[in-house]
Amino acid sequence: MTTSALIMIILTQGTVLGATIYFFRKVLRTPPNEESDSYSDYD
Amino acid sequence: MSKTSESWGSRVGLILAMAGNAVGLGNFLRFPVQAVQNGGGTFIIPYLVSFLLMGIPLLWVEWAMGRFGGRFGDHSTPFILDNMTKKRFWKYFGVFGIFTNMGVMAYYTYIESWTLTYTLKSLKGDFLGVDLATLDTFFNDYVDLGSGINFPVWAIIAFLVTLTINVYILSRGLSAGIEKVAKIAMPLLIGFGAFLAIMSWTTGSTGRCADCSTYIGLNFLWEPDFTTLANPKIWLAAAGQIFFTLSVGMGTIHCYSSYLKQKDDIALNAMSAGWMNGFVEIVLGSAVVIPIAVGYLGLDWVVENAGFMMAFKTMPFLFDQWGSVLSVVAGVAWFGLLFFAGITSSLAMGTPWMGFVQDEFNWSKNKSAIILGIAILLMGLPTILFFEKGVFDEYDYWTGTVSLVIFALAEVILFAWVFGMDKGWQEITDGADMRVPRIYRPIIKYITPLFIGIIFLTSLFKPLNGELSDWSTAMNSLLAGDGWLWANDSIINQIFHINTGVIWTENGVLTNMFYVDMSRYFLLACFFGLVAMVKIASNKRKKENA
Repeated sequence: MTTSALIMIILTQGTVLGATIYFFRKVLRTPPNEESDSYSDYD
Repeated sequence: MSKTSESWGSRVGLILAMAGNAVGLGNFLRFPVQAVQNGGGTFIIPYLVSFLLMGIPLLWVEWAMGRFGGRFGDHSTPFILDNMTKKRFWKYFGVFGIFTNMGVMAYYTYIESWTLTYTLKSLKGDFLGVDLATLDTFFNDYVDLGSGINFPVWAIIAFLVTLTINVYILSRGLSAGIEKVAKIAMPLLIGFGAFLAIMSWTTGSTGRCADCSTYIGLNFLWEPDFTTLANPKIWLAAAGQIFFTLSVGMGTIHCYSSYLKQKDDIALNAMSAGWMNGFVEIVLGSAVVIPIAVGYLGLDWVVENAGFMMAFKTMPFLFDQWGSVLSVVAGVAWFGLLFFAGITSSLAMGTPWMGFVQDEFNWSKNKSAIILGIAILLMGLPTILFFEKGVFDEYDYWTGTVSLVIFALAEVILFAWVFGMDKGWQEITDGADMRVPRIYRPIIKYITPLFIGIIFLTSLFKPLNGELSDWSTAMNSLLAGDGWLWANDSIINQIFHINTGVIWTENGVLTNMFYVDMSRYFLLACFFGLVAMVKIASNKRKKENA
């Protein structure tokens, strides 16, 4: 692979993977609403 | 109007269902082909810009509209839109949010049934030792009704089985049906995709030809050519891909979100589901079809043949090169992955109808799902019976392409300009578990509608070949009195057949155009059938409120 393709793949896939993990982790770590919410059970 | 007792079981379940709605066959089949045809690695730049300026805003708008409508007990777009304004005609724009889903579901379930058939055939080892010509013949026979009694019957049976699975899951409801499937299907899909991606990344050179290497395939996909960034065609292709991949402009997101309460977060949920779709598309989707095909067939072959049908006509041959055991495992992983991607999307497509008839006509879940199944069967049969006449593509063009853009443009104008950005912003940020960047306020108001408006107008008036220079050529032709030079796939040319004229018979035989036009009228009749149902529901509400 050429250097530019390698940079592109690492930058792009790293960003997308990082954002996916960041937001999903934030969902898992956010405590449930103190008021009643829509979900019938919790993860 | 009835009050539903439906709700999501868990937040993760909702996110997986939303991501499953977005992750479809296009993540693995459309994205890499679009990238190859539009500048390779450079494609990702307009793609990510479109995601930030159009995709994320539309996600937030749709989640917010859905939760807002749910407050009034509405779970389908006609009455979700109706709640946002005093102008009554907006609810008829909302019909797109049911029609698009039913139209797409009709042909999408058919493709889903192919993946089911191919999964079973892979598991049986039917593709061991096959060559490309045999695979091509098998697929053509499978979809060709004129070739004999065996395959067409199996194609219809597989379609019926797939449809029945969908109907059954929908009849189980949101939490016990859709969410449960998403919680199983999404992890499996990601697991299958990761396995195939690792196989692709570790295969390297196969020695079958001079440029037969998966690395050459990856290089081909990711090598940037920055000169192409100035070409508007690339930007339109990237924006179009964002539309399809996020399933925005369909009405499914509104429907899923309408089961949330006002204080539930939507901003973070939308981000999480949106990026999860991006991960499946950019990381996994780009690693499978193109690199593996280049690894065994070479770059020239891929450049010439890259397309949607590679999934069925090429992939089993490529997996066969890995030996009999891995071939079966990879075949099941690949077609199983596509089946899961398909079914999580088709289930989402069924929910706006389910929400609509349960809300407005008090139908039970079973009755709603069975009538949906019958409607999809009737709408889907023309795509099976007249597949080779172009009916399938016609459905895809109007319901899977044009309708999305029209509805997305209408909803973002309604949200930002009619409902108003003050109330709109309040809806997006209410209960948010993340800080929503304020820059998105002007983006939603100005940039996103402009973005979608440009996509719509360029699709409407697309000149021959569609390159930047072709617009001035077409304009010069118009000014010279020779008329506009239409691209065959421009919306205007599609409607009026300007380039070819209307030819329904040739030598006494019905042409493909006849079948295509009849299917178009049929879809139009379905749309107005739904308009009539919305009108009846609206009158019923007036009587109840009187």
